[in-house]
Amino acid sequence: MSRTQTTVGAVMALALVLAACSSGASEESPQTITLMAHDSFAGGVTDATFAPFTQETGIEVKVIAAGDAGLMVNQAILTKDNPLADVLFGVDDTFLSRALDEEIFLIHKAKDIGRVAPDLVDRKHRVTPIDFGDVCINYDKSWFESTSLAVPDDLADLRANLYASHLTVEHPATSSPGLAFMLATIFEFGEEGWLDYWADLRRAGVNVATDWNSAYYGDFFRYGGQSSMVVSYASSPPAEVIFAEEPTDTAPTGVIEAGCYRQVEYAGVLAGTDFPEAAAKLVDYMLSVGFQETIPLTWFVFPANQDAELPQVFVDHAIVPEDPARFSAGYIAENRDRWINEWIVVMEG
Amino acid sequence: MTRIRWGWVAVAAVPAVFIGYFFIYPVARILGLGLAELDVGASGLDARLLRIAGFTLWQATLSTILTLVAAAPLTWAVSTYEFRGRRLATALITVPFVLPTVVVGTAFVSLGFGDSIWAILAAHVFFNIAVVVRTVSTLWSRIDPQLEEAAHVLGATSWQVFRRVTLPLLKPAIAAAASIVFLFTFTSFGVVLILGGFEFATLEVEIYRQAVTLFDLPLAATLAIVQLVGVTGALYAYSRYQERKTVTWTLESASNRRAPIGPARALVALSVLTTIGALSIPLLALVTRSFSGEFYRSLFESDPVVGRPISAVGNSLLFAFIAMGIATLVGVMAAAVITGRRGSLSRWFDLTLMLPLGTSAVTIGFGFIVALGWPVDLRASLWLIPIAHALVAVPFVVRSTVPTLRSIPAETREAASVLGASPSRVWREIDLPIVSRAVLVGAAFAFVVSLGEFGATSFVARPNTPTIPTMIFRLLGRPGETSFGMAMAMAVVLAALTAGIVMWIDRAQVGEVGRF
Amino acid sequence: MLGVDTINVTLGDAPVLKETSLSVADGEIVAVLGPSGSGKTTLLRAVTGLLEIQSGDITWDGRSIIGVPSHLRRFGLMFQGYALFPHMDVAGNVGFGLKMAGHDNINEEVTKALVWVGLDGFESRPIDSLSGGEKQRVALARTLAPKPRLVMLDEPLGALDRNLRQRLVLDTRRVLDERGVTAVIVTHDRDEASALADRLAIMREGSIVQTGHVDEILANPADEWVAEFLG
Repeated sequence: MSRTQTTVGAVMALALVLAACSSGASEESPQTITLMAHDSFAGGVTDATFAPFTQETGIEVKVIAAGDAGLMVNQAILTKDNPLADVLFGVDDTFLSRALDEEIFLIHKAKDIGRVAPDLVDRKHRVTPIDFGDVCINYDKSWFESTSLAVPDDLADLRANLYASHLTVEHPATSSPGLAFMLATIFEFGEEGWLDYWADLRRAGVNVATDWNSAYYGDFFRYGGQSSMVVSYASSPPAEVIFAEEPTDTAPTGVIEAGCYRQVEYAGVLAGTDFPEAAAKLVDYMLSVGFQETIPLTWFVFPANQDAELPQVFVDHAIVPEDPARFSAGYIAENRDRWINEWIVVMEG
Repeated sequence: MTRIRWGWVAVAAVPAVFIGYFFIYPVARILGLGLAELDVGASGLDARLLRIAGFTLWQATLSTILTLVAAAPLTWAVSTYEFRGRRLATALITVPFVLPTVVVGTAFVSLGFGDSIWAILAAHVFFNIAVVVRTVSTLWSRIDPQLEEAAHVLGATSWQVFRRVTLPLLKPAIAAAASIVFLFTFTSFGVVLILGGFEFATLEVEIYRQAVTLFDLPLAATLAIVQLVGVTGALYAYSRYQERKTVTWTLESASNRRAPIGPARALVALSVLTTIGALSIPLLALVTRSFSGEFYRSLFESDPVVGRPISAVGNSLLFAFIAMGIATLVGVMAAAVITGRRGSLSRWFDLTLMLPLGTSAVTIGFGFIVALGWPVDLRASLWLIPIAHALVAVPFVVRSTVPTLRSIPAETREAASVLGASPSRVWREIDLPIVSRAVLVGAAFAFVVSLGEFGATSFVARPNTPTIPTMIFRLLGRPGETSFGMAMAMAVVLAALTAGIVMWIDRAQVGEVGRF
Repeated sequence: MLGVDTINVTLGDAPVLKETSLSVADGEIVAVLGPSGSGKTTLLRAVTGLLEIQSGDITWDGRSIIGVPSHLRRFGLMFQGYALFPHMDVAGNVGFGLKMAGHDNINEEVTKALVWVGLDGFESRPIDSLSGGEKQRVALARTLAPKPRLVMLDEPLGALDRNLRQRLVLDTRRVLDERGVTAVIVTHDRDEASALADRLAIMREGSIVQTGHVDEILANPADEWVAEFLG
């Protein structure tokens, strides 16, 4: 055998051995329930995440990652008759209507639902709010200090060339914060005024990125880009503190409190599950104080349960805007495609 | 008197079942589902969709041509000459191929590229240059130097020799590489989105938008069919071309690289340095950022949010080895079937195996979740990940193996048969050793396809097992210097791993001097 | 004993062998002589089983071997272009048939075969380092080493220069005689044919038109064409 053949053989054999090793992992006891979540939630799940739940109920939780929120909802709808999971987590207002129209959830009134702010709650209890986050404009403090410019107070201020040309927003068709920010402008300026507002931003040189990653890490001044302001989350500054390179007490970025949009994420028991009771227990667990208090530092959003205490770094560096913009899921569903198309005409036409 | 060759049937069955169950069936199911709801009158192919289809074709064609042109100098240098750093150079150019588009996109954006057609084209060249260099140089380095010398003696200038002798002999390999680059760029998604925005939507982007954002399955299915028809047409033209152009010529048993002397030295150096240099600009930005803190150490520490990032390396390697094993097995069997019989059956077989590369990942991904629940529920199984990777990787193995298999003269096999070798023995003793290098080139691509996480896996529900690319996404998904730095460090780990493993696989090609 | 009984072979649309018949006795060496394009190579390929015949029969010791795949016929064929395996050395090539037959002491047999053809010591030489004459000898050794029941040589000296040919004709004849093999040799060269074979079979446009010793045929050609062809 030549050396080449030996290598081919070795490569194939290694592949088979590795394959054989891995095949044991997919066994499943009937006492396991499956949670389908979007990638960013699934990414934060560790062995400890559901350990208290398993200890209490004896039920293991298997998490599957299903892409972004939109992909996940679509997959849940496509597999309605033979679901991939028992519980779905991570559907937000922008995709909620579609899921509800397709009746993919069973009704379940969660144990601690009384401890959630009423405006987050689905009155029919098809889904349970688990967390919320506010999409707000973040700014780079050092840039504003060095230029001695005042931080804008509200969305209207951004119309000025000076500000708009230093703002990066995400595209509403490809990015969830992008969509949220567009909704915030509609909420603020109304159906009559919002497109004029965007026309002004465009004229003044606003920058549009495809997604949050390239906006924040590509265009934001803090990471070497041109924009001193970027559409991000109200919880981004505490993340900047926690994930700072040198330990620090002050966040390098700030949040403009006006013009925020609130996104709520829900969990629901999937119709077609073989274990509706166990699935409901998992939803209850996710709304319980114990789990809720792990939410901020893992996923950088706020717990829906008002009894959950916020970690100190959130108290110090995060803000919860007083009156964030918010539309009902039904209203968004009715108008979203039209809004996005109108936005595209103004911004790209 | 025609006997049914059961061995042949068995060999054909493996790739046929693989492509049938993991591609044709899921895609047919999801397209059926979408088309069932189609209201023919309502969702016409309006001007916008025609424009998108036109743009998709245009940018893929242009990207393919530009990639061929950009790859030419380096391909020439590494095929013709033996010089220090040759293998490193061919390994390095493979690195861009595996880097997640989000990483490269961010690098391009921060370098000031972005939102232009040039950024898209540049990124396509950046990603795909390795496909051309590696596929073509495998064949080029083994052209009998006497052929070129003969032309020289007959009075041809170097350029004429290249134009009249070398280039025609290389056409099958160039066409094979071009077909793959074309499919890749025809279905370009991340690059177009990140660097082009919606202004430059391809069919792939529009299918995603219709299926996922707007949930207009009928329109998405219609677009997917337009895409499939386009890809099938291009592949059909390619295979006809391939059949007309392939001549059997005896490959040299060893590569004929020589040391560059005189002016050739400078040209080789220029080719290598400019190509590697140009590719390095975005890569260097990455490396610099990854070293601006203690990020590598952090990869080994437990992060409260994403666990130990470095653990993703093991998962990625595991998937990549399995995917490579599947793709190599299926691809080599398929290549044997394709070259074993001429005619339309094997042409269509070849074409079908190529299709996954040119089919939108959303179509395949959604197809998986509606179709693969039976007989075994594979939908959220760990196995689906390497299988999906292998689906995209098989064409690489087939494309790199078929030209070499076709170049084996029939007499060589007949001689073995007359000497007592059964058909399967002929395959083992003659075909396999002769093609093993070409197979390794394909296998290396299968490996990096999986490492770079191509295909439908990013669009389907999957076990919560982080791979290197998904770990990079996770790290990039949260604010903070260390998040970003760790993501860059992770990307550099991916790059180093790719270069290292590709070099390891390449080394096997050298073997003993003058031997297969 | 080989029997070829009125076989017909069509390649594409063109009939290449037309009612061709030939028999070769054990230990006999027959040369098939004919102009190029007369179907000589096709005849060898049909006997070897590398292509299917449309009608007629091919027998060994009276039993039909139609349907026996070529690798089970235990015939040897030396190809016109030698068809040496480029990925093996000389020993790998010469020992290939023995290996397929599951032989025990392949190395010994390979050495012996190389001695027959005067290439002792060439075992580990790579194929592409050999000269044309050396390749011819390796091909001959490879064909003979597994001791086939029937040896077929297709233009065994065709590609070589004249001096080399004259020497190798004698060498080849000697090797064949020493082995006592039954052989069919295809050539277009009369001198080569008469030097290598006991009996000639003249082939024209897919048919054997006359067989016999060279002197017999010269003395008594079947027709004008044969007389002219043999000069």
